[in-house]
Amino acid sequence: MEEILVAEGLRKTFTLSKKQQKIEKTNSKTKVAVDDLSFSAYKGEIFGLLGPNGAGKTTTLRIIATLIRPDAGDATVDGYSVTNNPQQVRERIGFLTSELKLEDFFTPNYLFNFFSELYAIDPTTRDERRNKLFSKFGIDKFAEVKVANLSTGMKQKVSLVISLVHDPDIIIFDEPTNGLDVLTAKTVTDYLLELRAEGKSIILSTHIFSLVEKLCDRVGVIIDGKMAVCDTLENVKAGKSLEDRFFDIYSEMKGGSDE
Amino acid sequence: MNNSILTIIKKEFARFFGDKRMVFTTIIMPGLLIYLIYSFMGDGLKDTFAPDEDYRAKVYVQNMPETVQPIFDSLDMDITNADDMNVDSLKTLIETKKIELLVVFPQQFDSSISSYNVLDTTQVAPNVLMYSNFTNVESENAESKVRYMLEEYEKSISNKFDINGYREENANETFDLATDEDAMGEIFSMMMPFLLLIFLYSGCVAVAPESIAGEKERGTIATLLVTPMNRNHLAFGKIISLSVIALLSGLSSFLGTMLSLPKLMGGAIDGLPTNIYTTSDYALLLGIILSTVLIMISLISVISAYAKTVKEAATMVLPLMIVIMVVGVTSMVGGNEAQTAMSWYLIPIYNSVQAMVGIFSFGYSITNVAITIVVNIIYAGIFSFVLAKMFNSEKIMFSK
Repeated sequence: MEEILVAEGLRKTFTLSKKQQKIEKTNSKTKVAVDDLSFSAYKGEIFGLLGPNGAGKTTTLRIIATLIRPDAGDATVDGYSVTNNPQQVRERIGFLTSELKLEDFFTPNYLFNFFSELYAIDPTTRDERRNKLFSKFGIDKFAEVKVANLSTGMKQKVSLVISLVHDPDIIIFDEPTNGLDVLTAKTVTDYLLELRAEGKSIILSTHIFSLVEKLCDRVGVIIDGKMAVCDTLENVKAGKSLEDRFFDIYSEMKGGSDE
Repeated sequence: MNNSILTIIKKEFARFFGDKRMVFTTIIMPGLLIYLIYSFMGDGLKDTFAPDEDYRAKVYVQNMPETVQPIFDSLDMDITNADDMNVDSLKTLIETKKIELLVVFPQQFDSSISSYNVLDTTQVAPNVLMYSNFTNVESENAESKVRYMLEEYEKSISNKFDINGYREENANETFDLATDEDAMGEIFSMMMPFLLLIFLYSGCVAVAPESIAGEKERGTIATLLVTPMNRNHLAFGKIISLSVIALLSGLSSFLGTMLSLPKLMGGAIDGLPTNIYTTSDYALLLGIILSTVLIMISLISVISAYAKTVKEAATMVLPLMIVIMVVGVTSMVGGNEAQTAMSWYLIPIYNSVQAMVGIFSFGYSITNVAITIVVNIIYAGIFSFVLAKMFNSEKIMFSK
């Protein structure tokens, strides 16, 4: 299988404030968010990063999406390095995370057109894509309502659609179903399966076991910034439920680090 | 122009001009407010300092000399002989604004002035006492009228020569040879650079922090930063669109000032200076203004990009405001002549002030104006480059 994303020895540390040092009961001025993380994702599959809150999932995805730079290591997306060729990486990925906000003042229609222009998409393709995506996610009825007046769920759907204006081959979704009701969540997960069927590669992060079991071909379990296991879903589960296996892995890791 | 720069400019314009409240508060209100306030102030000042034309001041006089009597009679005032009245009670009446003026002449005023010899140091000049109340406009007015008439009388009794006195043969002569143009130029070169600088700066502060720090605060800039758009294009697009909006805001304030100026100055300036400057003067002025806005916007944008919130940005640009004001005031000192040494025109903002002083006072060098414009554009370019670098820095863009 063709590797579409390769992360090698990614490391990212953040500076801690004096107060934060006290809370974490540490004298070290930095916190390691991602610690020597390596993994690969293959073309046409859904790869899941599973881990508890604060494990380093979002940081990893932000590095891959070129929003932040790794302190050490590198990742390549479709052969382009996130540190040396961020421009090429940005052209190929669609990134969705809750920290990317849309301007309240504009309507979904305006924003779709605006971002399409930034990706230099011709108007015909743009209109086709917009009609398709808007009707799939039920945005068409709200297309001319300012983002400020949309519900939280609708805002998230608009963000998702905006992240796909350029029909990217690699889609990186950070907690894609967070904050969505079950119906909308199902629309999103169904759409991810549809994208996979189209041959797209999807990287997602989540802390929801059922989501991984339902969607992912392969999964990487991140604990404290380290990759604990990374394999196909079947191999990771090893005959147990994902939840049970996760707790086994978690206690192994924690037990190991306590020594 | 590059397509993504245009896209950003279009978006910024759509954001700004699509918001009627923003257009009103940033572009229409400043000019309107300045016009109304200045006009109101002008009218108010006139009312406060101009005494009532029809009012007859009540003036009390003790020991009225015969020679001075006709002078008082010629004044449009109610003159009362106060020889038998008490000075203190009259003073109280002035204090309480019941009457306007008390004039006390020495006894035998006429004979003492004729016997007084200016050259004899042993003699003391006869002394006239006048009591008035400065807080009463009518009293102050009466005092100055009487003082003026008495001083004229004093001059007339010891007159040896006149200066620019009225004579049949020079009835139409003007002795102050400054032209109206020069006078206007002097006033404008003092005021305009300062006012323009302040108004342009306020325009910049009204838009840049909101667009840069605001987008950062609301997390919408991150959405732009995951797109493949070049950071330099983003910086350019922002600076150009914000400059246009700031310019409109600054010009609104300027227009408000210019239109209310005749009222504010109470006739010292008559109408707009449309006829005293040439088209090329205005063209150069526009060039200076444009380059000044570019440098201000790019500088404020850099500061705003560094700030975490709009509020913080507003605080951080305050010191710059003080610098701009101080630099602006330099147009009012130094004899209203522009600096001639070229090196002065390498200092941003100061060069704009000096170039404007030069244009308004009809004494500019085209080289220095050109240097000003070029230098400002280069600085704006540097700041724009810095802004692009900041867009690329995760520490600056994503620090919380």
